[in-house]
Amino acid sequence: MLNNFFNSLNRLLISSIVIVLSCPAGAFAADQAATGGGDKPWWFWPLILFVFCFVLGVLAVMAGVGGAVLYVPLVSGFFPFHIDFVRGVGLMVALAGALAAGPGLLRRNLANLRLALPVALIASAFSVVGAVIGLRLSALNPNIIQACLGGTIVGIAALLIFSKNSEKPVVTKQDAIGMALGLNGLYWDEGARESVEWKTHRTLLGMSMFILIGLLAGMFGLGAGWANVPVLNLMMGVPLKVSVATSKFLLSITDTSAAWIYMNQGCVIPLIGIPSIVGLMFGSLLGVKLLAIAKPKMIRYLVILMLLFSGLKALDKGLGLGLLG
Amino acid sequence: MNEQEKLARRASKEQIIYANILVVGVWSGIAIMGITYFLYLSGIMPPHVDLHTITTLWDKGVKEYLELTHSPHGWGWIYYLKKGDFLNYIGFIWLAVMTIVCYLVLVKGYLAKKDWLYSGIAILEIVVLSLAASGLFGSGGH
Repeated sequence: MLNNFFNSLNRLLISSIVIVLSCPAGAFAADQAATGGGDKPWWFWPLILFVFCFVLGVLAVMAGVGGAVLYVPLVSGFFPFHIDFVRGVGLMVALAGALAAGPGLLRRNLANLRLALPVALIASAFSVVGAVIGLRLSALNPNIIQACLGGTIVGIAALLIFSKNSEKPVVTKQDAIGMALGLNGLYWDEGARESVEWKTHRTLLGMSMFILIGLLAGMFGLGAGWANVPVLNLMMGVPLKVSVATSKFLLSITDTSAAWIYMNQGCVIPLIGIPSIVGLMFGSLLGVKLLAIAKPKMIRYLVILMLLFSGLKALDKGLGLGLLG
Repeated sequence: MNEQEKLARRASKEQIIYANILVVGVWSGIAIMGITYFLYLSGIMPPHVDLHTITTLWDKGVKEYLELTHSPHGWGWIYYLKKGDFLNYIGFIWLAVMTIVCYLVLVKGYLAKKDWLYSGIAILEIVVLSLAASGLFGSGGH
């Protein structure tokens, strides 16, 4: 009986992805978006956006990706909002999620402040540069940003498919920079019931990657968890759990600087912003509860498919091909 | 819980302080957003830009949108706080300020420990965030 319940739940989750991808909310939103959506009562869009973001929040947690990486391409593809507003709100969505997750991760000693601070400084400085470049390009021609966003999202999907994380990377010798910054620590692995010591290597190379990560995060309004984790884990040798937790915490700093740029430019419209933030946060809370009983692997593959589709749609829109409607 | 487990679970003092500030900040921010959004949508505080008008203009670029709605950019929203839509900015700003507040506390802690390297990193981060918040960057777009 319990198995039947779990199977039903899985089917429900998979159906919800299909809903987001193809049917009522997404398709209707896309259809209305084509006409600008001005013939609908004002409450229609915040309501549909709240439902859409709630489902996205559930799926994002289960797939292990941040909300903004799904939010920006999907909302820009299916809703009538200009890409400027979608990126501005996308950053606020990522920021709110990261701020909410931060305290628990810090208290459990999974997110590491000493590791986060230096890389956050690099990423946040360059996310400001990325945000300025993104807004300039968008003012020049929004299709440039749309096409670049599409290419980036397709790249992220490929990264999620091909990158193989390492649970506990072996670091034989810490480099001088890592040692000087004190980038080492100890955390408790609940699954293995053991304490795990870690330290970094290739620290300079890893840190320089955060220049690119910051630029992309600011330019497209994406949280950058998809890039933080592979760099911290595979390049710098930080254990996966510490990488994931530190990455999530890191977003609260990186996204803050870019979010200020977008806010100062007027890119955060409250009518769009509040239902998006609240919908995604509530969805994430449900997602965390469902995570214990669902099959996240299947969800992850479907979310990758969603990313691929939305990335290709953004590319199609940016290049003006019109192949995907 | 054995000693090894206690040690591995123990977060640094700075991490705990940071986490405590964030908890209060985030949930109060969400509460502010809920209240201001209600005041906005219920019409108790009339908006600067009519709700229906927004739906006809949100497909325009931000520059055109601001021009058509006569809306401010930068910190200009402060002068429109009596308007329901701009009142919502308090919640957004609150969330964006949280990191700066946490860093100020961190700097104090690191200076007390004479950890000059991390004091410097934290001060530089405050500078970056403050410059981003100041509106000095990207204002050429308007």
